[in-house]
Amino acid sequence: MSSVTADVGIIGGGLTGCATAYHLARRGARVVLLERGFVGAQSSGVNFGNLRLQGRYLRQLPLALRAQRLWEELEAEIGESVEFSQTGHVLAAVTPAHVAEIETHAVDCKPYGLDVEILDRRETLRRWPFLGEIVIGSSWSPRDATVNSRLVCPALARAARRHGADIREQVSVTAVEQAAGGAFRVVTDQGFVLDCGHLVNAAGAWAAPLAAQFGEEVPAFAAGPVQMVTEPLPRFLDPVIHAVDGGILFRQTARGNVLIAGHPRVPVDAESRRTRVPPQKATINMARLAKIAPFLRTQNIIRMWTGIEGYLPDMLPVFGPSRTTPGLLHAFAFCGHGLQIGPAVGAVLAELILDGGTQTPIGDFAIDRFRTPMAADKAKLKHEFDMEILDRKMPN
Amino acid sequence: MTRIVVVGAGPAGVAAATLLVERGADVTLIEERAQPGGQVWRAPAPGLALDMDRLLRGDSEGFRRFHAGFAVLRPRIDWRPETLVWNVHGGTVQIVAGGAQQALPYDALLLATGATDRIAPIPGWTLPGVFALGGAQAVLKDQGCLIGREVVFCGSSPLLFLAAVQYARFGAAVTVLDTTPLGAKISAVPGLAASAPRQLAKGIGLMAALRRQGRPMHLGVTLLGFEGSGGVTGVRWRDARGVERVTACDAVAYGHGLRPESQLAEIAGASLRFDRLRRFHAPEADALGRCGNGLYVAGDGAAIGGAEAAEVSGRLAAMALLADRGESVEFGALPERLARLRRFQDGLARAFAWPHAQVAALADGVTVCRCEQITAGEVRAVLAPQLGAAEVNRMKAATRCGMGRCQGRYCGHAAAEITAAALGRADAPLDRLRAQPPVKPLPIASALVEDDWP
Repeated sequence: MSSVTADVGIIGGGLTGCATAYHLARRGARVVLLERGFVGAQSSGVNFGNLRLQGRYLRQLPLALRAQRLWEELEAEIGESVEFSQTGHVLAAVTPAHVAEIETHAVDCKPYGLDVEILDRRETLRRWPFLGEIVIGSSWSPRDATVNSRLVCPALARAARRHGADIREQVSVTAVEQAAGGAFRVVTDQGFVLDCGHLVNAAGAWAAPLAAQFGEEVPAFAAGPVQMVTEPLPRFLDPVIHAVDGGILFRQTARGNVLIAGHPRVPVDAESRRTRVPPQKATINMARLAKIAPFLRTQNIIRMWTGIEGYLPDMLPVFGPSRTTPGLLHAFAFCGHGLQIGPAVGAVLAELILDGGTQTPIGDFAIDRFRTPMAADKAKLKHEFDMEILDRKMPN
Repeated sequence: MTRIVVVGAGPAGVAAATLLVERGADVTLIEERAQPGGQVWRAPAPGLALDMDRLLRGDSEGFRRFHAGFAVLRPRIDWRPETLVWNVHGGTVQIVAGGAQQALPYDALLLATGATDRIAPIPGWTLPGVFALGGAQAVLKDQGCLIGREVVFCGSSPLLFLAAVQYARFGAAVTVLDTTPLGAKISAVPGLAASAPRQLAKGIGLMAALRRQGRPMHLGVTLLGFEGSGGVTGVRWRDARGVERVTACDAVAYGHGLRPESQLAEIAGASLRFDRLRRFHAPEADALGRCGNGLYVAGDGAAIGGAEAAEVSGRLAAMALLADRGESVEFGALPERLARLRRFQDGLARAFAWPHAQVAALADGVTVCRCEQITAGEVRAVLAPQLGAAEVNRMKAATRCGMGRCQGRYCGHAAAEITAAALGRADAPLDRLRAQPPVKPLPIASALVEDDWP
């Protein structure tokens, strides 16, 4: 069995892994990334493509704003298009509670450097006249953007490779061992082992067992956000329209298709990596779309799909150094919010490895927050997840 | 009571439903179109007085027998015409009928979804006036229309001469440009003669009929492309001696045989197997059409076999279904008959081979994916090495090829050939685009659900 040596080994070729490889390689580190399938073929490559700033967990905003700066420069930097389109984001309020929520958020996000504009019903309908009667106000965030998620990881992986990263697809990790000196040995199914001083666990919905191997159990679970598209239409919409509660959201792609998503997320089988969209769920999304944008009733859905995403009960990721094992870093279970922050996650991981620390606050995402059992707020999550997931994963 | 859902009211689906009803089963028969018949026994649109004897000649007896049989069957089943099955999930078929979505639970599901033309892209194939061979036949049978006055029938298919003869009967000036290599045809003759002498004689008779009428007919030609701006005006081709020629026309019927409509079977949980002879994927089923878990396939959607094989396979799948539910059935000589018909089809598949090498070598500038306007060159440009796409679904993600209205049903085979050849894997089983629901476009307005949001 041959041996490959690197400063940093990365397990998982989703956005987290690819962005980390890119930032590390750019700074001169020797990186090997191992991906079981193809880079960006799981949830990193099949998501809605939303680079949304407004409505995020507030203390994630420094990371998110750093990420947005990286997104704004990414295409020029790597010399490839990922269909980055900075056309803003509309949080559409359809209940008085939504209005109160966006008004509070507009005040709260300001100190972090995010400015959003609250629009009343009239102004909202003046700007987006196709919206339905149920929309009673909105929050407008012009700096938000979208990308074509299918294109992002392969482009980042190519860029990382140009900077010297060794990206290996169709390689499964069969075991991770730690030698006496603290270095890691990653055993693969392709006849080689990887020896590395640092190891990044970026295995997405499949990352928890590796963390557990190092004594860090987390209550991660998998779920799938349902997506669907219409046939291409003439351009009518630039920003993302996103109901405040996430019950429905849609945007128009560069090609012209209307891309539609919305809670609740559905059960998926992470083991088989096969996903099926429950038809009743697809039907609900279609009915909600017809409520928020009635003119789209005349369109057809041509494709629907979901992906396998990792979640945690507090809807925050695990992101930062291992608390048990020097040299090991975790970055997974981004709870459906990983795309936007992805480039900054990669930059921060590179800083943690090469500089020993980072200026960007990430303490809220530490893995040891699960050392004391966390009671999931099922009432809060029931809009976000199919009840089957909550009952199975959080039986308490 | 056991509910059996049969999808597709062509010869396979109707034969299956008939047998099931005779054995006392409760059958729902779902058909996407308004009338039964499938492609082979497609009936004229209601109110259209088309002379089917003139159109079908010797086959009109089969047409009449089918529709008479259906008239007897219809009151005994739950007949659902103009109903699209867009998905199969959790023991239900998901349908759209009358503009509304509905879920139909089933205990056993028999799919007889038929076949469509397999398209080998060549320059100009997306021009208006260029029809798939099966499409040209459907226009005539369904609407009593011709696709043009001067029609070139071209490609390589057992249906090429039949369709040309049918058009000629209705007054079209037809030209046949048969790309089938002469050697392939001749070497297939002994096998065909042994397994189905009647069908072979019929094919030879069709060629003779066209020749008697003085219709231009060229064998062993190479098609170079369809020409015209805004619509097809000619076919450029090279004859067997290597001389380049152009035949003027106002329409083209172009075919390279059929491919099973297997999306629904795949979504319903059938495994697909790669058929090396035909170079496409078909549902994995036993000789009777069992896919497992209460799923059965029959007709051209299971294995390309033609009308007679479809009918026999429909009956066999229905018998297998009954046997699996504990009823006693006598298969008799039917399995052997189906095997013989399929051997004949194997002979046809060898004689009228899918031109995979030509498709794989398609010029960079030619459109592969009509819906998304993706060329062969754009497909090749995203493939490995250097972290490019290493199989056809990743190619789709990178290019949009196969992401349009037809969801890859028409470009998927060509895209798979181009991808495999460019990756140096033309001899391995091809990759295929995975099926995703909806099988056909699903109207948003059909979602009539009680949902308390917000």
